[in-house]
Amino acid sequence: MAIYKIHLLVCGGTGCRASESAAVVESLRASLTAAGLSDEAQVVATGCFGFCEQGPIVKVMPDNTFYTGVTPADAAEIVAEHVLKGRQVARLLYTDPQHKTPVSDAKQMGFYRKQLRVALRNCGFIDPENIDEYIARDGYAALATVLSDYSPRAAIDVVKRSGLRGRGGGGFPTGLKWEIACGRQADRKYVVCNADEGDPGAFMDRSILEGDPHSILEAMMICGYCIGADRGLIYIRAEYPLAIHRLEVAIGQARACGLLGADIMGTGFDFDIELRYGAGAFVCGEETALIRSMEGRRGEPTVKPPYPAESGYRGQPTNVNNVETFANIPVIFLKGADWFAGIGSERSKGTKVFALAGKINNVGLIEVPMGITLREVIFEIGGGIKDGKRFKAVQTGGPSGGCLTEKHLDTPIDFDTLLAAGSMMGSGGMIVMDEDDCMVSIAKFYLEFTVDESCGKCAPCRIGNKRLYEVLRKITLGHGTADDLEYMRNLSTVIKDTALCGLGQTSPNPVLSTLDNFRSEYEAHIFDHKCPAGQCKALKHYFILPEKCTGCTACARSCAVNAIVGERRQAHSIIQNKCIRCGACIEKCKFEAIQVN
Amino acid sequence: MATVKNPIPTNQNLQSAINNMKLTIDNKPIDVAGGTTVYEAAKQAGIIIPRLCYLNLETLGIENKPAGCRICVVEIEGRRNLAPSCATLCADGMIVKTSSPRVLNARKTVLELLLSDHPKDCLICPKSGRCELQNLAVCLGIREIHAVENAEVSTYRKDHSPSIIRDMDKCVMCRRCETVCNTVQTVGALSAVNRGFMAVVAPAFEQDLQDSPCTFCGQCVAVCPTGALTEVDHTSRVIRALADPTKTVVVQTAPAVRAALGEEFGMAPGTLVTGKMVAALRQIGFDYVFDTDFAADLTIMEEGAELLARLRRMLEGDRKVKLPILTSCCPAWVNFFEQNYPDMLDVPSTARSPQQMFGAIAKTFLADRLGVRRDNLVVVSIMPCLAKKYECRRNEFKVDGNPDVDFALSTRELAHLIKEANIRFNTLPDEDFDAPMGESTGAGVIFGTTGGVIEAATRTACELFTGRQLERVDFQELRGMEGIRTASVDFNGTPIHIGIAHQLGNARKLLDGIRAGMYHFHAIEIMACPGGCVGGGGQPLHLGNADVIRARRQALYREDAQKPLRKSHENPCIQQLYSEFLDHPLSEKAHRLLHTRYFDRSVKIER
Repeated sequence: MAIYKIHLLVCGGTGCRASESAAVVESLRASLTAAGLSDEAQVVATGCFGFCEQGPIVKVMPDNTFYTGVTPADAAEIVAEHVLKGRQVARLLYTDPQHKTPVSDAKQMGFYRKQLRVALRNCGFIDPENIDEYIARDGYAALATVLSDYSPRAAIDVVKRSGLRGRGGGGFPTGLKWEIACGRQADRKYVVCNADEGDPGAFMDRSILEGDPHSILEAMMICGYCIGADRGLIYIRAEYPLAIHRLEVAIGQARACGLLGADIMGTGFDFDIELRYGAGAFVCGEETALIRSMEGRRGEPTVKPPYPAESGYRGQPTNVNNVETFANIPVIFLKGADWFAGIGSERSKGTKVFALAGKINNVGLIEVPMGITLREVIFEIGGGIKDGKRFKAVQTGGPSGGCLTEKHLDTPIDFDTLLAAGSMMGSGGMIVMDEDDCMVSIAKFYLEFTVDESCGKCAPCRIGNKRLYEVLRKITLGHGTADDLEYMRNLSTVIKDTALCGLGQTSPNPVLSTLDNFRSEYEAHIFDHKCPAGQCKALKHYFILPEKCTGCTACARSCAVNAIVGERRQAHSIIQNKCIRCGACIEKCKFEAIQVN
Repeated sequence: MATVKNPIPTNQNLQSAINNMKLTIDNKPIDVAGGTTVYEAAKQAGIIIPRLCYLNLETLGIENKPAGCRICVVEIEGRRNLAPSCATLCADGMIVKTSSPRVLNARKTVLELLLSDHPKDCLICPKSGRCELQNLAVCLGIREIHAVENAEVSTYRKDHSPSIIRDMDKCVMCRRCETVCNTVQTVGALSAVNRGFMAVVAPAFEQDLQDSPCTFCGQCVAVCPTGALTEVDHTSRVIRALADPTKTVVVQTAPAVRAALGEEFGMAPGTLVTGKMVAALRQIGFDYVFDTDFAADLTIMEEGAELLARLRRMLEGDRKVKLPILTSCCPAWVNFFEQNYPDMLDVPSTARSPQQMFGAIAKTFLADRLGVRRDNLVVVSIMPCLAKKYECRRNEFKVDGNPDVDFALSTRELAHLIKEANIRFNTLPDEDFDAPMGESTGAGVIFGTTGGVIEAATRTACELFTGRQLERVDFQELRGMEGIRTASVDFNGTPIHIGIAHQLGNARKLLDGIRAGMYHFHAIEIMACPGGCVGGGGQPLHLGNADVIRARRQALYREDAQKPLRKSHENPCIQQLYSEFLDHPLSEKAHRLLHTRYFDRSVKIER
């Protein structure tokens, strides 16, 4: 194998590929060849670096230079300057938004400084389509150790001692889950990887599968050994073509190397993995619905018990874990349960990957130790609120999480504290809102999502969420009444109390948390017919200041519905019940005579 | 939704399956066996928890507990949220509250939600007064439904089939129909489609029921708690025919009707109301009141002759003879094998069902006797069945477009007709059927229960085969409620192997077994509904009580025992019919009027 002095790591995740990172790879290679450096430097298409906002990203190793927004045209300069002369291309360096200075070492970037990449350890580092690179990073060593040195029970004990809890949202202790599945007697057992990532804006699982697919295969095999299963199934949404492709490549390579199939590593352990495609229903992320979907049936949750560990896929004991949960497994065996348990908070061990989004400077994928505060995530890693606006709320836990406020900023992030604060960990969505966001509209947005994604099996979720959405819509239209708040609170409480699965049991969280934390905004909509954030169109009120209006008629001519009247050179006025609040007049007025409230 | 009846026990409930458990429900201590649900435990403690989707006809193998309606929720100490009592297993030491304020609030709120997405046309709903949703609203005292501005209601295309009307605006997603159609009947016509607010139970691709694999067995209608699935109602058209002076209207009543009709008038299940029913029909204005049992006896003559003919050929060494012979009285069963076993169309008896034999004789022999033109004779049948509505519309049972049977009313429709006519049913004097098509034997009566047709056939075939009078008429070995039964009857040293199945899922098992060469029978009886016609889709609603069906069966065996004549071939009117009109069983005329053929109707789903 050739030894390269320099590695040019180009992000090959879905985000950067969408901004032509594949072309960047090509032109870097072409430039290296042209410069006769193809034996000196290697271009690697890796998984996601997480800093998707700034993509395409090229990282130059070993000096850790982080280039952002690289285009194919920049390739020649990077090769000529950096590879050949060892000089960083300053204009492509990441610029610190606070100090406005270029950062020469990625480790010094605010985005990375507080991150700890465990599940994402190989993402942005290795070529995910090359099993050798995974093996070079101790890949499959954990599997080898487990198969040769551990009994299933002893291996489960390691997972239990690590304190790892399910990363899909529930936070159930993984070791305990394995132990239950292990204790079942059955002809056949299954290991299922839940890769049906459905939260809007979340892409933790996708990035892991795209950047480090072998780690999931390895973990599933370890799990299979522990619980006595020889079949693995990955339920992945069909909308993740790149992840599917990389998994297929990885499965093919693992089989070819004898790491998957019969008699793995000569230990007599058999295990094979198949993919199952999801059609993109959010509820199929719920494990019982996922199993039904894999069986070719309608993706609907069923009552637990029986739990999948007792009766799952095809009625056999089945262990379902999320992608990120699995991604932690090999490291736990390599570095030890104590090492893992040493990270994080009292009851939530290890790290958590979040998809940071919304009104924040550094949008992207981050991995942080449990117990870090929301403030650190939002203001240090996230670089604060966009355009210097004021922070208003952060929504964690995906569409059915709650909206937390300023007062929660110093809350350490872990399963239990988030729950206590009225939100939840969920699978790792984190959406930041600023002063321009209307919290009633935000709640409405999330309810619209859950209404769309409800399977319709149980009445409270099927009809209750619809009614909640309708009340929210009514309030944003300015037709709310005092009763509505009481109605929503009761309905939300009952839906949480009676819904069949996790979707319905959490779907009213955005309503309840905004009612708790932003009640005044609801009241402003209902009693003052005003949207404090100015987002609810129906509550906008356009009017002309007569003292400023020159009667130029520009506004009247721009009005599509003839809602503006007035004589030339006389002050104009807006007929309110005709106005459709399109804002065209405001753009035309040169005298700032038109105001909105 | 098929629920696993015996979930694989967890370590916890494995233990509890062995031990009895002590729990407290509404402050009452109670001991239950392991594996009992909270709902059943409460029932044992005398507490009936309101429920909507849950249905358990355990002895019939019908269980529906998707835990979807969330009406039967209860509070369990130490549990975060409320638990659906129908699907929650008891645990030792559990403390349950079935009507705490938290539970009541949740229950009422959820019911209000269900009502908010339900049409408010109870005044004209066919289910009004017998609707479980309506009863629940009364029971829980719902006085208003929070009106949300521009609240959407889920609406769907109404689907009219010859037997069943689907008005899915009224569907509450209890999934009972789905369970019955798939798990019990294995027909697979209905399943949930769409999602969220628009989720509903429908045939695949929301095609019409008529184009689906539906057999019109009507078991979905029998379990639907609301007016979402109802029978096609022909009472108004029958009244119009009765009011038309140019028409002579005759009526036939199927055996299972007399054992169930009384329930609609507050009588105990299993009360025989044959005489009152005849009186009521006469009072309504039917010109002649006849008995389908007469046609049942006729069916036995034809089917029995067919069985004997096939048996004799077999015994003579004919290897091509098709055995077992399958009964063909049940129209849902006919639909089922036409759709699912097109390769076996030559196996069932070609004898028409009693309803159609009656119609064919009425519109020829009787019309002639009465001097009425065929198109002026209206034949109405009262059936426990909804598939009969479809059957009488089949083209092979029409002459020049005029059907042999004009209208098939269900038992429920007859009850309505009697109520509409303001007849005080309970105090009516008993009256007798008209002659000649009102005369029947006990063999015809037991057609209404599983095993009855084959027992009637056995009585006649055995006597005709052996040429000796039967020592005993009651073939107990053919009776029972097990889904699949087998028995051997001695025909003078020749053992005749008989198979019996009721409910189409059991029929499928039996037929698949025959196809695979696992079973060797000479004759098989199949009925689509639980318990046979007594549990038909047109019967008064059993409301989840399987004992009702059992009581109706016993009533039919009682009537059989009381009859002076109990073998079809001894029916003097049948003998007369052959001597005057049909010659002999399987004659050319009998073939033309009393036999039919079957078609390959396997459903090919086209998008």
